[in-house]
Amino acid sequence: MGKTLYDKLWDAHVVRQEPDGTALLYIDRHLVHEVTSPQAFEGLKMAGRKPWRVSSLVAVPDHNVPTVGQANGISDPVSRLQVETLDANCQALGITEFRLGDIRQGVVHVIGPEQGATLPGMTVVCGDSHTSTHGAFGALAHGIGTSEVEHVMATQCLIQKKMKNMRINVNGKVGRGITAKDIVLAIIGRIGTAGGTGYAVEFAGEAIRDLSVEGRMTVCNMAIEAGARAGMIAVDDKTIEYMRGRPYAPKGADWERAVKAWGELHSDPDAAFDAEINLDAASIQPQVTWGTSPEMVVAVDGRTPDPAQEKDTTRAGGIRNALKYMGLDANTPIRAIAVDKVFIGSCTNSRIEDIRAAADVVKGRRVADSVKLAMVVPGSGLVKQQAEQEGLDQVFLAAGFEWREPGCSMCLAMNADRLAPGERCASTSNRNFEGRQGAGGRTHLVSPAMAAAAAIAGHFVDVREM
Amino acid sequence: MEKFTVHSGIVAPIDRANVDTDAIIPKQYLKSIQRTGFGPALFDEWRYETPGEPGMDHSQRPRRAGFVLNQPRYADSSILLARENFGCGSSREHAVWALTDYGFRVVIAPSFADIFFNNSFKNGLLPLTLPAGIIEQLFREVEAGSGYQLTVDLEQQQVRTPAGDVFAFEVDEFRRYCLLNGLDDIGLTLQHADEIRAFEVRHREAAPWLFA
Repeated sequence: MGKTLYDKLWDAHVVRQEPDGTALLYIDRHLVHEVTSPQAFEGLKMAGRKPWRVSSLVAVPDHNVPTVGQANGISDPVSRLQVETLDANCQALGITEFRLGDIRQGVVHVIGPEQGATLPGMTVVCGDSHTSTHGAFGALAHGIGTSEVEHVMATQCLIQKKMKNMRINVNGKVGRGITAKDIVLAIIGRIGTAGGTGYAVEFAGEAIRDLSVEGRMTVCNMAIEAGARAGMIAVDDKTIEYMRGRPYAPKGADWERAVKAWGELHSDPDAAFDAEINLDAASIQPQVTWGTSPEMVVAVDGRTPDPAQEKDTTRAGGIRNALKYMGLDANTPIRAIAVDKVFIGSCTNSRIEDIRAAADVVKGRRVADSVKLAMVVPGSGLVKQQAEQEGLDQVFLAAGFEWREPGCSMCLAMNADRLAPGERCASTSNRNFEGRQGAGGRTHLVSPAMAAAAAIAGHFVDVREM
Repeated sequence: MEKFTVHSGIVAPIDRANVDTDAIIPKQYLKSIQRTGFGPALFDEWRYETPGEPGMDHSQRPRRAGFVLNQPRYADSSILLARENFGCGSSREHAVWALTDYGFRVVIAPSFADIFFNNSFKNGLLPLTLPAGIIEQLFREVEAGSGYQLTVDLEQQQVRTPAGDVFAFEVDEFRRYCLLNGLDDIGLTLQHADEIRAFEVRHREAAPWLFA
C-alpha cells in the first residue's frame, strides 16, 4: 500500500512513538510572533531551560503592529510592550527576528515562504492557527498553542498523535475570474467548519494544480477554517521554482539533493485516504460569506438563508443568531448588501498576486462615496516594495484606497485598524466571527478581486461583470 | 499544572454550536504578556453591554442579563456544557486561560476543535466529549432547575448526574495520565533527550538543508 503525502511527512519526523500512538514529532521550523510567545519564553526562563535549536526559530512581530507610521514606533503602550518583549527575548537567546522597520518584516505566514524559511518536506509550527498556510509547499505545518510553543522551543518536538488522512479533489478547471479564495470558501461551504477536524487534508485535483504557489497558500491557509489543523499540497515544478534562490533555500549541491528529495513529496497513486471529497471546479462561483462562520457562504448571485427552512433546531438557531448579528434579513440577495469598509490584506490574501488582482479591478475607477474606508495592507515589506515598483500603490491611491504598511491589521483588529460596531466590511481575511474585526463589526469574506469590486460598487457585485 | 482527579460542580449551558475562541476571549486581551487575569473578560462581548479593554475594572461594566454566566443560578459554575465544534478558530491559548481563570475545570461538548482541545489538557482543563443524545439530555436537565451539578471522575472516566445516570467517556491515555498527576510534559519529553539528539543527527545527514 502506498503512502499519502501526510504519511510520508509524518514518518520522516517521528522520533519515538508510544504504544497508544502518541508520538514525539521532530519540528524543523518554528515561526514565532509577539502574541502567543511571551508566556512561552517566560515558562522557559522560569524552568531554567534554553531553546533546543536556536537556528530553527524565526521571529517577526505582526499581529500588533501599526500599519501607518511604523517608523514612529507603536503608540499603544500595551502593544508596544508585547513587541518589545519579543525583541528582548529574541535578542537574549540569539533568535533571528525581522523587526519592525526591516523590509523583511511582515505577516508571519507571508514572510516564512518569502524567505524560504519554509521548505518542502519540513515540519513547521507556529503559535497561530493559520500555520496551515505552509502546507502549500508539501510541508506538514500546523498551528499550536502557547504551551506547545514552549514545548517545541524546549524539546524541538511536538507531542502528537497521527491524524487521519483526507483528500479534497477539486476536479476540472475553474471558470474565468474564479480564484483560490473562491475555491477554499466553496470547500468550507461544502464540508463545514468542523468537516476536517481530526484530519490532515491534502488538496488535490486539476484546479489545485493549476493554482500558482501563492493561490495554494490561500487554500491551505483556510484549512483550519474547515477544522483541519494541517492542509497540504503535493510538490511540483511550481513549488520548486518558487523556492529557487530564496535566502534560506539550499544552494549548490544541497539544492540538487533537496530537489530530488522534494520530488517524492506527493501521495502515491495507491495511497488510501480515510475520507475523500470531490468538488467540480467548474461549478464554483465567486463566494461571499453572509454569516458569522466561514461555512456560512454562498455564491455572489445567491441570497441569505431562511432559518424557517432549516429543520435542525441548533442550525436554525445558528442562522437566526448570525442574521441578527449581521443585521440582515432572510432571503436578502447578496448583491443588495452595501459595505462600509473594505480590507485587502491578511495571511490569506496579502501577497503580490492578490494585490495585482485587486489593482486590476480598481484601475481607472473610484471607490464609491458610500464606502468610508478602503485599505490595502501588503503582507510584508518586500511585497509592498514589489507592488510599489509595479506602480500598484498609485493605482489604489488614485482610486481612493489607503496604502498601508505590513501587518495582520484588520484581519483580527489587534492594532488600530478595526470596524466600529455595526460597520460592514468586505474583507479578504479568513474569519467572519462575531467581533473578529472589531466589537460589533460585520465581516463578509471574499477574494481580493471581489473586495476591490465591492469597494468600487459600494455593495457586492460579481467581479466578472465589471 | 493543577491535578485533575474528580470534580463536582455547577453546570452552565452555552446553547450554540461553533463557539469560537474570538468569542471566548476577544483580541484586545491578547496583548497581555501574562497567563493570568483573563477570567473577568471571558465571553466578553456576550457578557457585557459595553466594550471591554485590558486593565479595566470589569466589575463596574453593565452586564447583559440574558447571558448564561450573568444568571445567578449559574454564578458559581465550573463545568461548561456546549455544542458542536467548541473552541474553533484561533490557536490562542488565552481562551483556555480565560476559562480556567474564571473557574471552569471541565467543558463537555459533542465535539471540539483540535487546537483548543490540545491546549485544554496543557492547563488542567478537561475537554470531554459525549454523544449528541446525552448532551441533549444534559441540556434539558440543566435548564430544568437551578443548582444542577455533575461529577466528572477522570480516574473512572465517568460523568455522574444527580439522578444517578452514569456516562462513560473516552480520553487519551497519555493525556489522562498527565492530568491525573499534574505533569509538565516538557519534563517528560526531555527524558527522551538522547533519542531526540540521535534522531536529529540522522535527520541532518539526510536533509542538511533543513538545518541552515
